[in-house]
Amino acid sequence: MIDLPAPKPDVMARREELLAGLRALLPGDGVITEPARVKPYETDGLSAYRQPPLAVALPRTTEEVAAILRFCHRNGVRVVPRGAGTSLSGGALPLADSVVLGLMRMNRILEVDYANRLAVVEAGVTNLGITNHIAADGFFYAPDPSSQLACMIGGNVGMNSGGAHCLKYGVTANNLLGLKAVTIEGEIVELGGRHLDAAGYDWLGLMTGSEGQLAVVTEVTVRILHAPEGQRAMLAAFKGTEIAGAAVDAIIGSGIIPVALEFMDRPCIHACEAFAHAGYPLDAEAMLIIEVEGSVEEQDMLLGKLKEICSRFDPISLKVAQTVEESLAIWKGRKGAFGAVGRISPDYLCMDGTIPTGELPHVLRRIGEMSADYGLQVANVFHAGDGNLHPLIMFDANDAESFRKAEAFGADILKLCVEVGGCLTGEHGVGVEKRDLMPVQFSPFELDQMRALKSAFDPQWLLNPAKVFPLEGNPVLRQAA
Amino acid sequence: MTSLIAPGDEAGVAAAVAEAAAAGEPLAIEGRGTKRAMLRPVQAARTLSLRNLSGITLYRPQELILSARAGTPLAEIEAALAERGQQVVAEPPVLAAIFGAGEGPTIGGLVATNLSGPRRITAGAMRDHVMGIRAVNGLGEAFHNGGRVLKNVTGLDLCKLLTGAHGTLGVITEVTLKVLPAAERSGTLAIAVPDLETGVRALSAGLGSPYGVSGAALLAGEVPRALLRIEEFSESVAYRLGRLREALGRFGDATVIEDDESRALWRGIGEAEPLDARPEDAVWRVSVQPTAGPGVVAAAGLPRALLDWGGGLVWLAGPATAEAHGRVMEAARAVGGSFTLFRAPEPMRAALPVLPEEGKVLAAIRGRIRAVMDPKGILNPGKMYTA
Repeated sequence: MIDLPAPKPDVMARREELLAGLRALLPGDGVITEPARVKPYETDGLSAYRQPPLAVALPRTTEEVAAILRFCHRNGVRVVPRGAGTSLSGGALPLADSVVLGLMRMNRILEVDYANRLAVVEAGVTNLGITNHIAADGFFYAPDPSSQLACMIGGNVGMNSGGAHCLKYGVTANNLLGLKAVTIEGEIVELGGRHLDAAGYDWLGLMTGSEGQLAVVTEVTVRILHAPEGQRAMLAAFKGTEIAGAAVDAIIGSGIIPVALEFMDRPCIHACEAFAHAGYPLDAEAMLIIEVEGSVEEQDMLLGKLKEICSRFDPISLKVAQTVEESLAIWKGRKGAFGAVGRISPDYLCMDGTIPTGELPHVLRRIGEMSADYGLQVANVFHAGDGNLHPLIMFDANDAESFRKAEAFGADILKLCVEVGGCLTGEHGVGVEKRDLMPVQFSPFELDQMRALKSAFDPQWLLNPAKVFPLEGNPVLRQAA
Repeated sequence: MTSLIAPGDEAGVAAAVAEAAAAGEPLAIEGRGTKRAMLRPVQAARTLSLRNLSGITLYRPQELILSARAGTPLAEIEAALAERGQQVVAEPPVLAAIFGAGEGPTIGGLVATNLSGPRRITAGAMRDHVMGIRAVNGLGEAFHNGGRVLKNVTGLDLCKLLTGAHGTLGVITEVTLKVLPAAERSGTLAIAVPDLETGVRALSAGLGSPYGVSGAALLAGEVPRALLRIEEFSESVAYRLGRLREALGRFGDATVIEDDESRALWRGIGEAEPLDARPEDAVWRVSVQPTAGPGVVAAAGLPRALLDWGGGLVWLAGPATAEAHGRVMEAARAVGGSFTLFRAPEPMRAALPVLPEEGKVLAAIRGRIRAVMDPKGILNPGKMYTA
């Protein structure tokens, strides 16, 4: 279990006074304190951790956000920014003495500008909400994390979210033009704008993926793209993970960058097939889903080349979708992977490391050995083009020992990712989940330097504290007793 | 003439910076010095050059990853990539037409200045492809950030903070880039348009199409020409140019420019050659939303202009005067854009803001960030801002 800092006694002692102050800033139903209504905010996508906050504040405007932050800053109150609460790393986990600052009421799409290919949206607009709003005109917002139905753009900025299609379209940071954000002092700043590559320090880049450590994002200007003419998928199944890995190398080496290149291992294939009946080959050790884009003729040309490449690796099965329906059928199992694993295990931890793609066979072999040692099942989904690995570790949350083992197994996988040249997190963020593993990837000096940069924005460590950086060695936060 | 320190390894860089920090002596930081005349002049008795920190340290074509020491010439990296049919994604320029040929740029210099070419509009900037960095801060302490994988959100993104910081937050010693396959073929649709506004409308229509336009520039002149590039497999280039021609014919007469000629054309645009800057000209680079580009050209009232990035990147050249500079700054400010005084005589660069001033809040945070990364203020002091 992860330690959290002790609540500040002065804040806890002044609870009623502070809540009255917050209510004065957000009249009506903007401040939630009743335990039953606070409950949904106790946790996020990392539901093994729960903590009711002091209160939940739900502002509707940037000015209200500024007023709350100014108040919290003046009173030394910790603030936990929150979008939809889908973080798998505990990025929105409250502290007992914190105010959860929920951005979900800031859910307006303020402007769509097709000539300049941008949209200005509030932080609480969902990821898919942007695409749905512009899809009728043929446009879309590219990053597509698997939580895109629920997750909000403010949280996407906080975590620099990716998705299955980022090999071609990039992650959140590559699809932003500007941000409106509020500092802990309550100052409203505009970073970037409606143009590319503003001269000066890259505030936009520094903010993206900073996990709510530096400022609170209230408005986002995103780049939007016209959708391709069409897309289609193929499935290729192989006798071994090494063989599938070699096929991936050959695909990338051929000069084709598929829009998606997904890898599933044997346990994952079996779980998905049992759940979705997508027609996946159960005798395969590894399976690829490859998607291309373009006109029907272009799809045929690219799929033809890909089929030829895959056929060199003695595939068990090669299935090229001929229609959109067949394409959806191929994707059906993969898209249901989390649900499928959820059906065979009461609980699972979704890990998120990145490895050099060439290390995949080695890493999967080691994960298999660890799985036997820990006595816990694991299924692996892998964005094969960009090296982002998602092991799903199955455990039983009602059994404390099972959870402890699952956490230790997950930590061992992430250490392995770093050992082979990769990193602790590709797209979920550090949050609380991977906080204490940071010394595996960074030296004490490197961590201190990052902490000092955090302090440059937030000297008192009031913004989303106890996340990202280990408590040990922290200049401000004290470790819980 | 300033004295030159040119260490051969990162430890040497760290020692040189630590020594300068202890003495409180500023250092001018550079690769091979091709962009020394960019932004404000640095007052430093000593120059720290990365020229001897050279060589590709890792290249995994199948993993789309290349690492190189900061002083590695761009030409060396491009040659290694070309052997495997790959390329530096952002198409960074040499800028010989602006700063003279010199010895050619280094990869560290291009990252430190975040300079990208025409492909930036769809494929991203240099900053989008820096996956990892090694650097030395202003106290001479070496650190790394990011890594050698394509997706990484572990900790604060100092790769982006250092990219485009012109050496003021750290001396970059090694970079790791995401690279991509080079397209089999290049082709360009050229449309003769009546004016710049129509030209940007044509570029917007092309960039807002499903055809994956990878370059969108506008050449000024009596008959402006809107240029749209497709880089794909051969079959796709022919098909997509055909569809674009059907869709954009309404903007003016269109012709197709084929492979080699298309490549040469875009190399020139990336180098700002069509700007035709005179030796005595000052040169500005303005970034605005694309539809505002023609208005910036009109408001600046300068004799020479070139538009790239769909109209959003405006190159301007004209008299090196404070008055002209004032007009450019105001033109950018009026539409919420950004500018760089890209080339000018030294007294002009020393006296005028070379970048937009930031508001009080950001300027204060910037000062605190500088205090973390370079507490003695010795790394390229004054290069970007006076304070």
